Amino acid sequence: MTALLEVNGVTKRFGGLVAVSDVSFTLAEGEILGLIGPNGAGKTTLFNMVNGVYKLNAGKISFAGEDITNRPPNEVVHLGIARTHQIVKPLYGMTVLENVTVGACFGRDYLQLKPARKVALEVLERVALADRADTSARSLTIAGKKRLEVARALAARPKLLLLDEVLAGLNPTEVEMMIGMVRGIRDSGISVLMIEHLMQAIMSLSDRIVVLNLGAKLAEGRPQVVVQDPNVVEAYLGFPDIVDKLRGVQ
Amino acid sequence: MIFRHPVFWLTLTFAGLMIAVPWRGNNVSMREDLILVAIAIILASNLNLMIGYTGYVNFGHIVFYGLGGYIGLYLATVRGWNLVLSALLAGLAVSLCALLFGLGILRLRGAYFALATIGILVAVQSFVSNFDPWGRSTGLYVSFDAYQPLGGARRALWITYFLVIGVMALSMILSLVIKTSKFGLGLFAIREDEDAAVVLGVNATVYKAIIYSVSAFLPAVAGTLMFYKNGMIDPSIAFEFMLSLEGIVMLMLGGKGTVVGAALGGGLYEKLRSFLLTSPKLSNFHLVIAGALLLLVVLFAPGGLIGWLYRLVPRSEKVIE
Repeated sequence: MTALLEVNGVTKRFGGLVAVSDVSFTLAEGEILGLIGPNGAGKTTLFNMVNGVYKLNAGKISFAGEDITNRPPNEVVHLGIARTHQIVKPLYGMTVLENVTVGACFGRDYLQLKPARKVALEVLERVALADRADTSARSLTIAGKKRLEVARALAARPKLLLLDEVLAGLNPTEVEMMIGMVRGIRDSGISVLMIEHLMQAIMSLSDRIVVLNLGAKLAEGRPQVVVQDPNVVEAYLGFPDIVDKLRGVQ
Repeated sequence: MIFRHPVFWLTLTFAGLMIAVPWRGNNVSMREDLILVAIAIILASNLNLMIGYTGYVNFGHIVFYGLGGYIGLYLATVRGWNLVLSALLAGLAVSLCALLFGLGILRLRGAYFALATIGILVAVQSFVSNFDPWGRSTGLYVSFDAYQPLGGARRALWITYFLVIGVMALSMILSLVIKTSKFGLGLFAIREDEDAAVVLGVNATVYKAIIYSVSAFLPAVAGTLMFYKNGMIDPSIAFEFMLSLEGIVMLMLGGKGTVVGAALGGGLYEKLRSFLLTSPKLSNFHLVIAGALLLLVVLFAPGGLIGWLYRLVPRSEKVIE
């Protein structure tokens, strides 16, 4: 497998705060790579650097062999990286179909309105929102809005999809459905980089996991290996021997 | 195709009536009324491209009209060029200015952008007030000879009127074409959430600059025609801030973001204003009434008249853009 996305020593500072510090990893074609870490670890900041929302202070990002460091978001989409937002950003005054049509129109293929609408309808079918196509994006439930985020990103026909906590705030049935959807996306040939807090889900979905803590990469590897890494346990739970210690107190 | 759109035919019919009715009766006073209605529709429709489509409130939209008037009048009278050519050149020149201004101020958002547009209006007005070739604060006057190429003043006024109606129809058709295009979809995405639009692939910087420049073209052309018809221009009437504000009231009244709403609001507001201005008891109150109207619309019918129609007859949203 060849590397689709290469992130090389990227650093982002906000004033005195180093949000992401010298992080490197690669994502292979066809892979689902999970990105985990405690709150404030720099996961979303990393996404924002990959898709061009933030400028890097240092480092380099390449995609499909092309240097995309500091390319603006709209160009990154054309190259084939689409994303969803943790805090959903529907275009509220527009219908569900129009939202997804925007994704198709300005995505990788830069489609004209008519073909874009066709693609949008297909994608809505895929995320089970077809029956809501003509309703306002405002009227969707949170689960619906998350699916709309995914639909808009898919309509861009990306090679790589960045999913930022698409499972957060969903009930168990909805989580089940979304997990199935992510698998389907990968099976259709799209690589996935996903941020997720829901451990069970990320464990079962990811081929590999990258763990961030306080802006730095803490661990990387197969899910089963990563969760047993003492550093990772410490980052999440405090001291690795915390359980034994608590027993001792009793 | 645009020719299949009912609003296209509605626009042509409306423009046809605006031409035929005063012309048949050779009704000059009606013509003078209607030319103001047409100008209001032109200003409101083009302002709508910014406020209604893109979500950027332009308080200084009138600067395009005034600057266009100056450039066009200068070319047509001082230089003696053909009127239509002068008007088109004025439109192009003002669009180019707008593109340059836009690349600067469109980085700003919300209230800051709105403030910058007022700044541009004030800056251009004071520049023109001190610009010698354009007669400083006394402005430019059209000599009677300038109407000769069009066959004398009487004919020239009618021809100018027809041209203004043409520009009005073009403004509405332009609004319709943009609204039903991919470009328009991109603008609407920017209006709803600019950051999300950029992440979805819309090149917001370029789109905003283009629409700002496009929204300057027809008002500038109309400015040339209108001030040529009036026979004079000076900085205080060319860059009247009140008219800029009233343009916003027109849009809100009719329904921003819609082609028909902008035209309806422009037309109705102009009719109301001329009624108030000519009525002896109310003539000092027309801005009070405009303010109250804006307040009522914003509070009770944020979608304007067309928004209200959409709510009454939801199906109409598919037909009336």
